[in-house]
Amino acid sequence: MDMFGKISAVKKDYLLGLAKEGKRVDGRGFDEYREITIERNVIKNAEGSAKVKIGNTMVMAGIKLEIGEPYPDSPEEGTMTTSVELPPLASPEFEPGPPTPDAIEIARVIDRGIRESEYIHLDKLVVEPGEKVWIVFIDIHVLDYDGNLFDAGSLAASAALQNAIIPNERHELGDNAPLPVGKPPISCTFVKFGDSIVVDPNLDEEQVAEARFTVALDENGDIRATQKGLAGSFTLDEIKNNINRARIHAKNIRKLLEE
Amino acid sequence: MGELIKNGIRVDGRKPDELRRIKIEAGVLYRADGSCYLEWGGNKILAAVYGPREALPRHIQDPTKALVNARYNMASFSVQERKRPGPDRRSTEISKVTSEALEAVIFTELFPRTTIDINIEVLDAEAGTRCAGITAAAVALADAGIPMRDIPVACAAGKVDGVVVLDLTREEDQGGEADLPIAIAPRSEEILLLQMDGHLTYKEFEEAIELAIKGAKQVSKLQKEALMRKYKKVE
Repeated sequence: MDMFGKISAVKKDYLLGLAKEGKRVDGRGFDEYREITIERNVIKNAEGSAKVKIGNTMVMAGIKLEIGEPYPDSPEEGTMTTSVELPPLASPEFEPGPPTPDAIEIARVIDRGIRESEYIHLDKLVVEPGEKVWIVFIDIHVLDYDGNLFDAGSLAASAALQNAIIPNERHELGDNAPLPVGKPPISCTFVKFGDSIVVDPNLDEEQVAEARFTVALDENGDIRATQKGLAGSFTLDEIKNNINRARIHAKNIRKLLEE
Repeated sequence: MGELIKNGIRVDGRKPDELRRIKIEAGVLYRADGSCYLEWGGNKILAAVYGPREALPRHIQDPTKALVNARYNMASFSVQERKRPGPDRRSTEISKVTSEALEAVIFTELFPRTTIDINIEVLDAEAGTRCAGITAAAVALADAGIPMRDIPVACAAGKVDGVVVLDLTREEDQGGEADLPIAIAPRSEEILLLQMDGHLTYKEFEEAIELAIKGAKQVSKLQKEALMRKYKKVE
């Protein structure tokens, strides 16, 4: 919770009051995302990169590939690792130091969406079976924090992987090649405060949120990862409703990625 | 010798006293009190300023002045071989000399018991990141409205193939004979940061530092133009 800072009771009352009238603090509908923009190939030193903005939230994802050993239980597969940095640049509440539990949770939820949707074809990332495989590092750097890092980070990671290359030339393994990927997962996050559930929470809404729900969907609208967070709870109907709302949002967000 | 400069022209087509392409934008972040995005050759830097705000824990407070705390950080994907996240000895040193260079121009005595936090994120690196970082941080400080005697600016000179050159690129930094980054207060020409490694005669040192000052003054104009562009829009 420390990541979200402290919120005055006044602000909480204000947001709850607005919600009762069916309004949000920034004028959106309950089921409306902020404007999303994706900028690709922005970092020359990265094997792939993308800068994503959702409203005022801005994150940069960079992909690096290195050669390493496979896991003993999957000797014929490359590996992937996802990390999220919350540098003090992005928010007055972020502090330097090792990753906080908040950062680790975001990274792991994003990782699960990518891994479980089999977005990266890890079986095509073998250099020498059982000995050498490619390790895909997905590093997500938050640049400006105004809520919903789960969706912004996931979208940035997906867009960066989409245009990534395998740096064969640097390792004298022939020509560079595109990173083999399939269809990306789309992450969709909701928060609940009072009786209201809103999609794509901004910072104010995250600060008053009692419960959070993230779902990652594949291109068929099937569910590949979910995460419920914070100390509040959802009813089963609320969860089902969230997923059905997410399926509609995911279609629209997917179009942005496929542009 | 003779690999990096041919007929007076450098590997990237520049003359010895020419800067790389520089682009500066002030006020680019929503949360920060002041910010700056800067591209300098292949470097892409984001700087954000928070403060003056209460220095915590309380025992670090100085009752006579604000603390100036710059943090230089490289994104893991900003270099060819992935950098492990977090500070290392190099970034710790750069953070220290950057803090000191910037503190030199800030009226810290106006904000006792506070801290002014300056975060420099290197997103893409191609030699000269510390100079680019200080230059961006100075614009972010001005954007945050921090009172300063002058807007600091940094630039490097060095020696490549026996020639004193301005603003080294990656190949020149690796294959050259010397690198001399400086930061100055451009109006008074006071030197706020000075580092050097390599091998220069006294005469070459003189030539290099004068060239770096000349370069820094050109960059200073770009900083001021960036601030004017932002604040003209506001009116």
